[in-house]
Amino acid sequence: MGGWAIAVHGGAGVDPNLPLERQEEAKQLLTRCLNLGISALRSNLSAIDVVELVVRELETDPIFNSGCGSALTEKGTVEMEASIMDGQKRRCGAVSGVTTVKNPISLARLVMDKSPHSYLAFSGAEEFARQQGVEVVDNEYFITKENVGMLKLAKEAKTILFDYRIPVVGLDKCSANVDSPLVMNGLPISVYAPETVGCVVVDGEGRCAAATSTGGLMNKMMGRIGDSPLIGAGTYACELCGVSCTGEGEAIIRGTLAREVAAVMEYKGLGLQEAVDFVIKERLDEGYAGLIAVSKTGEVAYGFNTTGMFRGCATEDGFMEVGIWE
Amino acid sequence: MGWAIALHGGAGDIPLTLPPERRLPREEALQHCLHIGVEALKAGNSALDVVELVVRELENNPHYNAGKGSVLTSEGTVEMEACIMDGKTKKCGAVSGLKTVVNAISLARLVMEKTPHIYLAFDGAEAFAREQGVETVDSDHFITKENIERLKQAKEANRTQLDYTEPTPKALTNEKLMANGDSQLGTVGCVAVDSQGNLATATSTGGLVNKMVGRIGDTPIIGAGTYANHLCAVSATGKGESIIRSTVARDVAALMEFKGLSLKEAAAYAVESVPRGTAGLVAVSATGEVAMPFNTLGMFRASATEDGHPEIAIWPSV
Repeated sequence: MGGWAIAVHGGAGVDPNLPLERQEEAKQLLTRCLNLGISALRSNLSAIDVVELVVRELETDPIFNSGCGSALTEKGTVEMEASIMDGQKRRCGAVSGVTTVKNPISLARLVMDKSPHSYLAFSGAEEFARQQGVEVVDNEYFITKENVGMLKLAKEAKTILFDYRIPVVGLDKCSANVDSPLVMNGLPISVYAPETVGCVVVDGEGRCAAATSTGGLMNKMMGRIGDSPLIGAGTYACELCGVSCTGEGEAIIRGTLAREVAAVMEYKGLGLQEAVDFVIKERLDEGYAGLIAVSKTGEVAYGFNTTGMFRGCATEDGFMEVGIWE
Repeated sequence: MGWAIALHGGAGDIPLTLPPERRLPREEALQHCLHIGVEALKAGNSALDVVELVVRELENNPHYNAGKGSVLTSEGTVEMEACIMDGKTKKCGAVSGLKTVVNAISLARLVMEKTPHIYLAFDGAEAFAREQGVETVDSDHFITKENIERLKQAKEANRTQLDYTEPTPKALTNEKLMANGDSQLGTVGCVAVDSQGNLATATSTGGLVNKMVGRIGDTPIIGAGTYANHLCAVSATGKGESIIRSTVARDVAALMEFKGLSLKEAAAYAVESVPRGTAGLVAVSATGEVAMPFNTLGMFRASATEDGHPEIAIWPSV
């Protein structure tokens, strides 16, 4: 084996009734991002640079739930978070509660490279952003009309889910099966926004890196932090592999999912795909999530126990695949 | 078998020359907290209740870096964080960036039990605290003279603890380093297994002296500073940035599960895998064993098991 490998994701937990145009749009974005990563790898950029580059692209595009297009808090605002990890020395950086920084993943990288800490949040993170001179915009920039609509549905769905006496108006528009809607994180699958974007890379030198970015859970409480900025939960990279997760934050945190993949490789000697399968099968209890991973020997793998995960992967020997469903 | 409890008040370069007026109150606090923890376990309380109880007590004590007595940010403010985890269900709760909440660990528990989330921070956490009606006070309540002094020294030394490169015993006979070494004091925590074999862990801290506003350490990160499952419960302390990248707390459990190591072996291995002078931890297993390894000069700690063996110590025992 050997050689570079790259995987990207745009979230796990996809509405089985998602209109075809939306599916096409998503696949095109994933393809574009993969190609971006591939040319960077061919130009010998290091893994850590490639994951940042690719996630920036995913953040900038409004399609997925990160940067522009982020899910909204209960108050209709955006609070973004991200983390990045360099497998070589396991250096890491993370941010939460970011409200004006155009590319949270780059701020996370700056925390890793330019601050004495690993994790900065809320006003401290925003202050650091200004000190570093990163690009900032108004919070409105990140808010899309679609998500404003989704927030409204989420609030309604919450009422409906908890009080069965209320007539189920509007759910038919969600295309969710009214009797038993597929639910993730307490929301019907059509309203739930797949939470996150991520990228994992192993470069030509066998160095692994991982990066994850998100707007978080639709209708979340102010100040809520999910798995994406938590090293070991949503993101992890070491000498052996790089992992990025997405799905139900609670389940990912409790299962320390990203670290788990590396731990079973390290302590049980499992191969990458075996490790991914093991973790998805055994470590999620009743939770729903997915993940992508690469190993230092140039392998790429993914797994999910949800109805679909937006993903793409490619390896140096020419393999390339973009998909949503099983 | 039987219940067991271990608690810590921070690992760091606690100099052997620590003067009695700094040592005695801390030892007394460890004694006191161990006692209430043990009594609570004997009375049949759940591990989760016990760890919360003990950590509340440590938070209220001004000599430890949590709650009252928290170290200060670069702006001279407090930003407290805490985390609690129930080994039986793996449910957890965490909070960061608290400024007015008297007992951060109890708020973390409320996040776990009263919200659909795991982790709330800064303004959102403070708002939640008010909704829940937990005890809040003016931020000044938490600030002690000692910590104002520590901040001053840290700024003068212009260190951010991460530049710490000389953890050799020789360096510590230096008077100046006594004050600096003291500033390594980080975190309080408690782990317990009750008579039903259920495990729980709780950790709370003011963080790192002179930290940037908004800096989050290892304490509220599940798997880094805090972790519990059906095998063991762990609470770590030391340099947050190192503990995070080494997922210390999770690793203890992972080593037991995947490599079949005993609690003591797993705990020692986890501490050895971080740079010297950066970490310590307390851990208990479902079968009532206790481990309290550290690779710093010292760690304020105490433990007891159902069949005896109470221990209170600061430096390595022998």
